[in-house]
Amino acid sequence: MTNHWVDIRNADLILSMGGNSAEAHPVGFRWVMEAKYRNNARLISVDPRFTRTGAVADFHAEIRTGTDIMFLGGLINYLIETDQIHHEYVSNYTDAALIVREEFGFEDGLFTGFDATAGQYDKETWHYEVDEQGFARRDDTLQHPRCVYQLMRQHYSRYTLDMVETVCGTPRHKIQRVWDMIAETARTGQTMTILYALGWTQHSIGSQIIRTGAIVQLLLGNMGMLGGGVNALRGHSNIQGLTDLGLLSNLLPGYMSLAKAEEQDYRAYIEERVRQPLLPDEVSYWRHYERFHVSLMKSWFGDAATEANNWCYDWLPKLKADLYDVLHTFHRMSLGEVNGYFCQGFNPLASFPHKAKVTAALSNLKYLVVMDPLATETAEFWKDHGEYHSVNPEEIQTEVFRLPTTCFAEEDGAIVNSARWLQWHWAAAPPPGEARPDVEILGGLFHRLQYMYREEGGVFPDPILNLTWPYRRPDSPGPSELAREYNGWALQDVHDENGNLLCRAGEQLPDFGALRADGSTSCGCWIYSGAWTEEGNQMARRDNSDPYGIGMTLGWAWSWPVNRRILYNRASARPDGTPWSQDKALIWWNGSRWVGADVPDFPKQTPPSAGLGPFIMNQTGRGQLFARDRMAEGPFPEHYEPFESPIGMNPLHPDNPLAKNNPAARVFEVDRENFGTFEEFPHAATTYRLTEHFHFWTTHALLNSIMQPEKFVEIGSTLAEELGIERGDRVRVSSKRGYIDAVAVVTKRIRPLQVAGQTVHQVGIPIHWGFKGVAKKARLTNELTPFVGDANTQTPEFKSFLVRVEKL
Amino acid sequence: MTLRVSRRQFFKLGAAGMASSSMAMMGFAPEPAVASVRHFKLSGAKITRNTCTYCSVGCGLLLYSRGDASINNIDDIYHVEGDPDHPVSRGSLCPKGAGVLDFIKSRSRLSHPLVREPGSNEWKRISWNEALNRIARHMKDDRDANFVTQDENGNTVNHWLTTGFLAASASSNETATLTHKVVRSLGMLAFDNQARV
Repeated sequence: MTNHWVDIRNADLILSMGGNSAEAHPVGFRWVMEAKYRNNARLISVDPRFTRTGAVADFHAEIRTGTDIMFLGGLINYLIETDQIHHEYVSNYTDAALIVREEFGFEDGLFTGFDATAGQYDKETWHYEVDEQGFARRDDTLQHPRCVYQLMRQHYSRYTLDMVETVCGTPRHKIQRVWDMIAETARTGQTMTILYALGWTQHSIGSQIIRTGAIVQLLLGNMGMLGGGVNALRGHSNIQGLTDLGLLSNLLPGYMSLAKAEEQDYRAYIEERVRQPLLPDEVSYWRHYERFHVSLMKSWFGDAATEANNWCYDWLPKLKADLYDVLHTFHRMSLGEVNGYFCQGFNPLASFPHKAKVTAALSNLKYLVVMDPLATETAEFWKDHGEYHSVNPEEIQTEVFRLPTTCFAEEDGAIVNSARWLQWHWAAAPPPGEARPDVEILGGLFHRLQYMYREEGGVFPDPILNLTWPYRRPDSPGPSELAREYNGWALQDVHDENGNLLCRAGEQLPDFGALRADGSTSCGCWIYSGAWTEEGNQMARRDNSDPYGIGMTLGWAWSWPVNRRILYNRASARPDGTPWSQDKALIWWNGSRWVGADVPDFPKQTPPSAGLGPFIMNQTGRGQLFARDRMAEGPFPEHYEPFESPIGMNPLHPDNPLAKNNPAARVFEVDRENFGTFEEFPHAATTYRLTEHFHFWTTHALLNSIMQPEKFVEIGSTLAEELGIERGDRVRVSSKRGYIDAVAVVTKRIRPLQVAGQTVHQVGIPIHWGFKGVAKKARLTNELTPFVGDANTQTPEFKSFLVRVEKL
Repeated sequence: MTLRVSRRQFFKLGAAGMASSSMAMMGFAPEPAVASVRHFKLSGAKITRNTCTYCSVGCGLLLYSRGDASINNIDDIYHVEGDPDHPVSRGSLCPKGAGVLDFIKSRSRLSHPLVREPGSNEWKRISWNEALNRIARHMKDDRDANFVTQDENGNTVNHWLTTGFLAASASSNETATLTHKVVRSLGMLAFDNQARV
């Protein structure tokens, strides 16, 4: 979230799209209701289904799954053409005025530089035109035909109301009503917040859907505002923390990245990531990348990391593929290229698409290690569970270890909620039987490996032998020790540029401002610096006072970065430093520094007259309407159909097969053959979650299983009538890849849509229920889903695929 | 002096024939006015602050457990409530969070390391030591056999692609910190968590 849960109450309008927070985040959703009661706010729900959020919304609009870019792109066009944008914000705080290179273009659904054979873009032209000093050229009148504003206007001119109605299937009066309500928040003092979740991410165009939302918010002046922002509600309790800590194939902690194989030179690696300002004097905070990186290497490799060996640069693994994401890995596993796999609190057999492929892949492993508090489906992929999971154990030669771990109630530590709050918790009881904390298992494994490399030798042992292990009990590192490690400490005295002592050797660092690139500081995750300082554990703080009465409880827990609660909050004030409106005041310039209800997201003593942009992580200092080369499929979001489309063509580009689906998406050939067509599988399906269940955990909990005991699918009453299905009948739902059987819930909540001259029926499929646990057994929903992901993140397309529903 | 009588006994006594009010006059009084089933159930419990690990709202939990940490006296969580001080949840919990005790004490909780041998149809109990020794041996053998120090272009890559690791998005920052450190020191790249699923 750019903002935070309680801040939702400050919004005047809440757009719930790509999520159903009343169902999936019920307690957080109370702040939406609070906004309605307290602020007279209105709630809009845009969703394929009439959901629990829709039920309390002021307005609900149905939409075909996977067409959100079309809906919001149409809104961008409407805002621009009817002149309902926040002009002062757009000119000062976005890149609207910057001029784009002449060679850049967009034709018939493709941006310049597309290589059809590789399925990738050469992004050379996706850049601003720069002057002799390397700064972007600009036209503050926004009239230059190649300025971002004009290019964007031209790009979305195709997204007319007619086209949106054709593609999304939303009745036009509903589209218009939603757009009008949203447009009202362009007025100074009015803010809209966007709440989204997996309904936006789990598409082959997921990242660009979110970008479209961000563009809308920038045009309306809603970023950095109280009650504004683009808010990812997120799924798991510490998914934010795991992302922050970089537990992804290509990342390092704090959103730093691993080098590609070609990046052999350390200096070049750093320079590529030290992002220099693209406009004069902008903050461009990533310019300090090397401080963060060197401090991480000191944290991992201690004295072994020296300037002479480039801080152990060669010890970090280098990437030969863009990502080694789970689709990539399970594809390689299916080809027999992976021998060992660890599942730590993760149930891939249930969670990954195309279950048959995942089962076959796991069967190719030599060893599988499952560390989990629960008996998951994955740990028993080799066991025959009859009609729910049919395999022959004798044919599966995988050695499987199932290691019992503690759960949250049995350990101390911090987890990070979607609002970036690091909250500390304490163990209440010991775990069952011999279950152990994950850190103890990892410690045990690591020490055995270290011992073997020391005694037996082996390939490239250096990073293993030199990994720092500064824990009092080496086999059981303490949570408080690890937390102090990611906060970081000084290895030598640290001084500021005027020679004042900031931090003595051995002390915890106060924040990432104290990090140095000369090896004098150690820090495991730069954005978490400040979480455990010399003042102690900031994450355990419990002062819930709200001095400004706007829901800003800065004394509760600790939020990254530097306890800031609303990102980009400099944009909550006008260019002259006064709040845009008094009832939305967040931070302001008091004549000598920035003050207010939040920790300013800006250099504290830089006056408004300096004219710096509020988005200090960006090279332009401005919100990026134009993504430059940062996205795989283009600098402006474009609508492409899901890989399994119920209309079989992209109405925007009916004659260009290359622009039917996301041109930059990665599809393995064998999976392309496993895509179904709408002729064979005519119903558009989407998966979702229920309030009573959490993924595949709660089918192991009795109460939850009593509340929602059995797998069901939601089918609109018109479709049910066509197929002769009545409420409570058992149905089979099939895709090209498999089938599930479930009880039919026949409902008026899903309406047939008119899309490109056809009637499209949508089917809702909850993901819970598998073949383990205490609920009624069922085949896993991911029997059905396609093995393709978003072009940037490779998040699988769980939300848009094709099925056929039959009565059993 | 007031005799200590539980509420239930008090009402039982009352039902046996005497009006409760007259009993109170005789010196039999229930526990103080806040007396309720909940009060009795929770009095003497240890209260531990925790955070719900279902979704990412991060609601405050109070875990009530029995036990005083003395030897042979094992703490046992028997009640869960929302933390009223928490600025987001303000004491409330959703149907999942309110029932989280059934997750903590689920019959599916694992208690011992197990192994399933190749081709076998059953689990076999093993010790931690055996489990960790065998897993570490697999890892070392695979790493030594398949670690790549240089790619075909002569670039130093130092990576190990034949073993992968999925980390848990419900685990703590501290678990994640140690996991990342260990996984990267081994040179693994096939590393992911629920953030992309």
